[in-house]
Parts: sequence; C-alpha cells; structure tokens
Amino acid sequence: MSESKDTKRIEIRLSGSGGQGLIFAGILLAEAIGIYGDKNVAQTQSYGPEARGGASRSDVVISEDIIFYPKTTELDILLALTQEACDSYYPALKGGGTLIVDSTYVSQVPTDKVYSIPFTRIAREKIGTPVVANVMSLGALAAITKVVKLDELEQVVLSRAPRGTEDKNKAALNEGFELGEKAVKDYRAKFIDAPRRQ
Amino acid sequence: MPEAKYRLLQGNEACAYGAVAAKTEFFAGYPITPSTEIAEILAYELPRRGGRFIQMEDEIGSIAAIIGASAAGAKSMTATSGPGFSLMQENLGYAYMTEIPCVIVNVQRGGPSTGLPTKVAQADTMQAKWGTHGDYYPIVIAASNVSECFHMTIRAFNLSEKYRSPVILLLDEVLGHMRERIRIPEEDEIELVMRPKATVPPGWYKPYELTATNISPMANYGEGYRFHITGLTHDAQGYPTSDPVQIKTKLDKLKNKIMLNTDDICTFREDNTEFAGIVVVAYGTVARVAQQAVSIARRRRFRIGLFQPETIWPFPEKGFLKAIEHARLVIVAELNQGQLIHEIRRIAPPKVNVVGTFRYDGELMNPSEIVNKVREFG
Repeated sequence: MSESKDTKRIEIRLSGSGGQGLIFAGILLAEAIGIYGDKNVAQTQSYGPEARGGASRSDVVISEDIIFYPKTTELDILLALTQEACDSYYPALKGGGTLIVDSTYVSQVPTDKVYSIPFTRIAREKIGTPVVANVMSLGALAAITKVVKLDELEQVVLSRAPRGTEDKNKAALNEGFELGEKAVKDYRAKFIDAPRRQ
Repeated sequence: MPEAKYRLLQGNEACAYGAVAAKTEFFAGYPITPSTEIAEILAYELPRRGGRFIQMEDEIGSIAAIIGASAAGAKSMTATSGPGFSLMQENLGYAYMTEIPCVIVNVQRGGPSTGLPTKVAQADTMQAKWGTHGDYYPIVIAASNVSECFHMTIRAFNLSEKYRSPVILLLDEVLGHMRERIRIPEEDEIELVMRPKATVPPGWYKPYELTATNISPMANYGEGYRFHITGLTHDAQGYPTSDPVQIKTKLDKLKNKIMLNTDDICTFREDNTEFAGIVVVAYGTVARVAQQAVSIARRRRFRIGLFQPETIWPFPEKGFLKAIEHARLVIVAELNQGQLIHEIRRIAPPKVNVVGTFRYDGELMNPSEIVNKVREFG
C-alpha cells in the first residue's frame, strides 16, 4: 500500500489496554486536528473482545486531502501504553515511523529508536492520579511529532474533559509536552548529534 | 443538537442530529450494537423538543410503534442492526402495504443471526430489498461518510413523506462509529418535504385514492377523517378486497409510485466514468475504499472510474448504464459474499465482464484488494 499513499497522509495509532482512555485520547486528538487545526481527520477504533482487558486501540488518520480510506495500513506514529500493545502493533509501524511508549509498563522495546517516557508513573507522582496518563501522552506526542499544536489540544481538553477534571488534565497535557520536548533532545543527542561529534 | 458549525461526530451521532434537523417527532427502538448511539442521542434530544422517545420491548414493538405514531401524523423513526432488522420485517411489510411513512436505519453488522455485533458488514443489502414477503418496491439509501449520515437521514424522511413509504437508511459499523469533521447546516439551509395532506371534506376522503402520481393524500388520525387501515389487500377506501381488479390496482399503485419516479429517487456519485474501460461499483464505507483504489489504479494508467449508488433500491439503473457505456470490466466491491453483484449482472450488457471482490471477515476492505482485482482482470 505504500505506493498508494499521498505524502500528506499521516496515520496514528494510540494503543494500550481497555480502561486507559485511549478511545477518548483518539477523540481529543482528532478533534484538536480536525476542528481547531482545520485538517481532514478520520478517527476509528477497534472494539469488541479486544476492549475487555486485551489490547485496545484508537486510530487517527490526518490529511490535507479528503480522506477516502478511513483506516490505517502503515502507521507513521504508534503510541503504546502497554507491553502487549507495543508487541502487537509495532509490526504495523512503517520503517522510520515514530514509536512512543509508556516505560512504566513497556520494559522491552523492539527498537532503540524509541521515545520512552514513564507517563503513568509521572501522572501518579506529579498529578496525583494515573488516569491522566492518556492526556499526558498526547502532550508528549504533540512535542515529538508536531502533528498537532499544544494550544489546539488544550482547547479540546478543556472542552471535552469531565467537569472538575479540567485542571488536572491541563496540567497533565503540559507536563506531557515538556517530557516530550526533553525526550526529543535526548533522542537527538543519541542519534543525530552524537555521530557528528565523533 | 450541536451549535458549532463544524463538529467532530460519529456517523451514528450525525444520523441522530439529522433526524432532529428533519424534525422527527417520534422514535421507538430497542438498543443494539452498533446502532445504539442513535437511540441514546434521540432519547435526550427529542423530549427536549416536544417529541417522544420510547424504548420498546423489542424490535417488533419498535416498528409497530413508529407506524402507529406516523399514522397519527408524527414523523417517526427507528434504528437497529441485523437481528433487529430481521424482527422488523413483518411490520415493515405492513407499512409498505398501508403506505405509512417511516424511516428505519440499519447500521449493518456481521450475520447471520447475532453474528458479529461489533464488526462491519454489508450483508443486509438484499434483505433490505426482499426482507418481507410479497411484491413491493422499497426505497433504500446508503451513506458513506459522516456528513452524509446527517443529510441522508433528512433525505430518508423527505422520500418517506413524499412517497408515503417506509425508507431504509443503510449504514455500517465502521461508518456508525467513525468520527469525522462535519459541517452542521443552518436550519434555513435544510429542505423538508411533508406528506401530501388530505384536503377534501371528510365524507369524500379515500385514503388510497388512485391519483395521477399514484400517491394518495394522507389524513392523519385525529384530524377528523374516518377511515380504515389494514394489512389486507384493500381498495381505495381502505377496506379489504378480493376483487381481482382492485387487487391489481393496489399492487400496481405500490409499484408505480416508486418505479415511475426513479429519476427523483435514484441518486448516485460517479468519478471519472466518462471514458472508463473499468468501472468499480461500491456503496457505503466500501465506496471510500473503492475511491482510494481507483485513484491508485489511475496513477498506474488504468482508465478506471467509480460508480457509487447512493440509492441502492431501486438501483440507479439508468445512471449506471451510462457510467459503463465504454466499460469492458465492472468490479463490484462488497462486504459480503456477493449480493449487489447480482443486480449489476442483471443490468450490465453481456459484453461486460462483471467480477466481484468480497470481504466478509468482519474487517473493512483494503484498497489493495480492489487494485489487485484491477491488475488481475484489467
């Protein structure tokens, strides 16, 4: 399918296990890009047996052109919040694609070209609850991939977050963005700048 | 109802808001995946607007309720999926026979029986046409994106009211649950059609009077007109008849009111069919897959186009024949073991090779599956 893809098309998968809020994260991401970012977007999800305990996922396709085929074929970006999701979906990530994992749960990564951030642990320690790990990971995804702007995400988070959780979600989003920026620096130092210094 | 002009909505949500925009006054249903969001939203939206929502004991009761509400003048709708659609067939026939407008949304999932509640299929394509017994001519339309879910729900009501007939809107699991950007139109941008009203004095009224258009003006219960409604074959007065002339008149009327108006009822989309040697036929979500496949194949220098029926039944025969004027190959892509292909084979001239690409494992077809067919046969 690679030959069929227009270069403007970006395919993203947010994955983990049922209950981690990945469908919700997919909606937030799609709305930030589609409504506040003014690009075409299609969000689909896989549910059924998978959503009950096993790997769960939410896919977002972004394009400047009309999106005909709404599902993903080769991922440009994979966010994996569990080891199982990372193992299941890494083969769908295309060569050179971006892998972001929650190192709280993902201990074995299939490649060293990965952005590893302990979202759940930091959410628990800094925000006081692990449930905002999904929103935190979106912040990091924005900083790392630049497919969405932080302020676009912030507007959606504030409008869609359950009442009373806005502050925690906003804090998680900003924390995630900072973690993402730091991860980008580390990644650059390791793979881009380091070889040049030798 | 969303106020912002642009919203990110699921197909099911857009369908429900389309029903609100069409001024639906009554919804009766029984929740079933993957259609439940439609009922859920209308349970919230309709009572706030003076409408009624009722969760019935099953789908048999649901369609009975909407037929009754429509006979009393309310624009009525239900939403379901395969197993519920099967239960509705008997009363659906009653609505065709009694010529009572109503809208039935079927968000298709895998079957037969309870099948695949959370997986996609288009395997009710033929059931939508032949599901109930007897001779009748259903109007069945299908959406392929979230925006169309909104607008086609309105169109379903308009056709239903205009032709005094049930209208079936076919969606599918992928479309029902997919989120896309949609522009919610202003109220004054939406055109609504109302059923032809009875204007003669009550004593003169014939509920099934044969008119030039084959569509009889409709008096609603409670408006002062006294008349009889029955599922038995009836005369112009609505009373059961066994007179062969009256029987034939009734069945011709049911046929002609639809089949003499196909130019109005049948709509379709086409892309690059004008000089196409190959035409892909697909509806619903698969039409999007086919559109992608056609773009890929065209880049590889195939002279290929897409024909997407928006009205499935009656099939837009005239438009299709024009679209395949120069075609030697027609590829029918469906999420079933081959249903619409029978209609395509019936219509296509013998010189045209009609082949199918079918997927029925619960997953949406991939564009490459269609492209491979193009390579194989093109």
